[in-house]
Amino acid sequence: MQEFIQQVVSGIASGAIFASLALALVLIYNAMGLVNFAQGEMAMFATFIAFTLIGHGLNYFIAFPLTLVIAFAGGVLVQRVVIRPVERAPVLTLVIVTLGLATLVNGAAGFLFGYVPRSFPSPFSFRTVNILGAFASYQDLSVIAVSAVVLVAIYLLLQRTTIGLSMRAAAFHPEASRLLGVRVSWMLALGWGLASAVGAVSGIMVAPILLLEPNMMQTIIIYAFAAAVLGGIESPLGAVIGGLIVGITVNLAGAYLVGGDLELAVALAIIVGVLVIKPNGLLGRASVRNV
Amino acid sequence: MNRIRSAPPRYWLVLVAVLFFVGLPTVVTSFQSSEWTQVLIFAIVIMGLNILVGYNGQISLGHGALMAVGAYTSAILIHRYHVDYLVTIPIAGLLTGLVGFLLGIPALRLSALYLALATFALAVVTPSLIKRPAQFTGGVQGILITPPDPPQFAKDVFGGVTGGPAMTSDQWLYYVSLVIALLLFWFAWNLVRNRPGRAMRAIRDREVAAAASGINIAGYKTLAFGISAFYAGVGGALYGLTSGFVSPDTFPLSLSFQLLVGTVIGGLASIAGPLVGGIFTFWLPILSNQFVASQPWIPTQVAAAFKNAGPAVTYGALLILIMIFAPNGVVGLVTAGYARLQARLRGAGDRGSGQMPSDAQTV
Repeated sequence: MQEFIQQVVSGIASGAIFASLALALVLIYNAMGLVNFAQGEMAMFATFIAFTLIGHGLNYFIAFPLTLVIAFAGGVLVQRVVIRPVERAPVLTLVIVTLGLATLVNGAAGFLFGYVPRSFPSPFSFRTVNILGAFASYQDLSVIAVSAVVLVAIYLLLQRTTIGLSMRAAAFHPEASRLLGVRVSWMLALGWGLASAVGAVSGIMVAPILLLEPNMMQTIIIYAFAAAVLGGIESPLGAVIGGLIVGITVNLAGAYLVGGDLELAVALAIIVGVLVIKPNGLLGRASVRNV
Repeated sequence: MNRIRSAPPRYWLVLVAVLFFVGLPTVVTSFQSSEWTQVLIFAIVIMGLNILVGYNGQISLGHGALMAVGAYTSAILIHRYHVDYLVTIPIAGLLTGLVGFLLGIPALRLSALYLALATFALAVVTPSLIKRPAQFTGGVQGILITPPDPPQFAKDVFGGVTGGPAMTSDQWLYYVSLVIALLLFWFAWNLVRNRPGRAMRAIRDREVAAAASGINIAGYKTLAFGISAFYAGVGGALYGLTSGFVSPDTFPLSLSFQLLVGTVIGGLASIAGPLVGGIFTFWLPILSNQFVASQPWIPTQVAAAFKNAGPAVTYGALLILIMIFAPNGVVGLVTAGYARLQARLRGAGDRGSGQMPSDAQTV
């Protein structure tokens, strides 16, 4: 029983990481109806930036927010340069462009930083504390705490500020928003910037657990896909719940059912299962198609 | 005679291409033939992917996984059941086609975006799935396949033409792949010009309208998936035969990417596109690496970094640039250029169709 609780706790910790990346996916989906296949690679690149900053002697707690600012700027830049020219193109084109972006960013990271896995510093110790009979490391607890802060911040930004309202309006009805003076295209850029920063959080959180290398996020992005699809791809809260469920399920299945090497297959099963049985996910609304 | 003279230029291009590919192994080395075999295999799989993506508008990022199904079917049949390798190729194709058909059924319910997601996940998971029934698939080590000996008649003909050393198994497999590629391209050409092809394109362009016109949407979509997977299976079987072994790492996620890049670069919804795409995806990483390594002004450290990361950077950049500036790929660029040249030469309206040139100022 104790081991079971243990697995659940570490499942929640990895679920928090999946939730951040899934939230990034949801932000971009809400802005322009697109799943960004490059989200994981962008997060990986931001993590390399953080690694370089820390390597130059910067304090972790300065490097972290600084990286988020850089990631935000990078996201805006990517939207302006790469996505804007194909904004109105069919979904197929957009998907191929984000795949190209993923390959490009991956290659660029390999080119600049190399493929040797590096250990990423973490200010939180891996020492464990006993909470209600289960042992959780400070590392896990900090991951959960940071992710929670990010999620609440995004929620407040979207729901309680004018800029959040403009962003939601631009996504919901671009033409009407433009007539009301919302700069729709910049709102999209803002969405990409936010998503990039939120994704960067997941990268920096996961890097001390895995090792930092260009392919680090390739498995994490699959779990994030599973989380986003499970929660309903347009629902930020769904992404969080989905992330936690995926984290716990994958951890338990890896420990008791299929073994560690098939944990990814569990994510695949979740994706396919949800898409076939309940395509709108847990919290998504049924969509209406234009004829 | 008159018929030959009035044949459109693309028939001549086809003739030239076929002659080029038939003659190639007689002038290049055996190793170079095996490289071109890979080009042909890429072309076959990309043709299948093009039927799905280009003509039917369904996306698949998992064709590398389907190639793995074909390659493993062929390898297991040869290795465990001692089936003749030529027989395993159609079996691999049919079995993979069946897998693709079954994949097409859940795909019916998915939008393009979700389908991309699901097939992407499939491509990521496949290598670890293959490792599982280890006594069957050889686990991490994979399966070795002994390269087949060319039959006597082929040796005689080849020796007669070149007068050089005897035909190697690489050269024989090249011709096997060439014949299969020709058959499958011919099949695809007929498919897309006839009823199924028209139905697939109608579904791609406007699904609801197609359904209203009485087209069986589910039927044609799963059919497209099945045919596409058949191509991938045949290509996978040939891939295993030419490389001499199959292992889980032969079919990474990047292979599926490479195939998609080839489809897009060659040109979506075009018959010549996959051949261009095959040549491109195979030679681009090799040639760009050779180019960078041979440039004395590039520091060795940079060149070494480029060796690993270069293909990904160029693939990614090209994919984005082509999607932004030339969505119809290389073939689209060439045909558009040719049409413009024709219009220029004629100066006035197109006599063939009686249409005015699109640019009214040239009249």
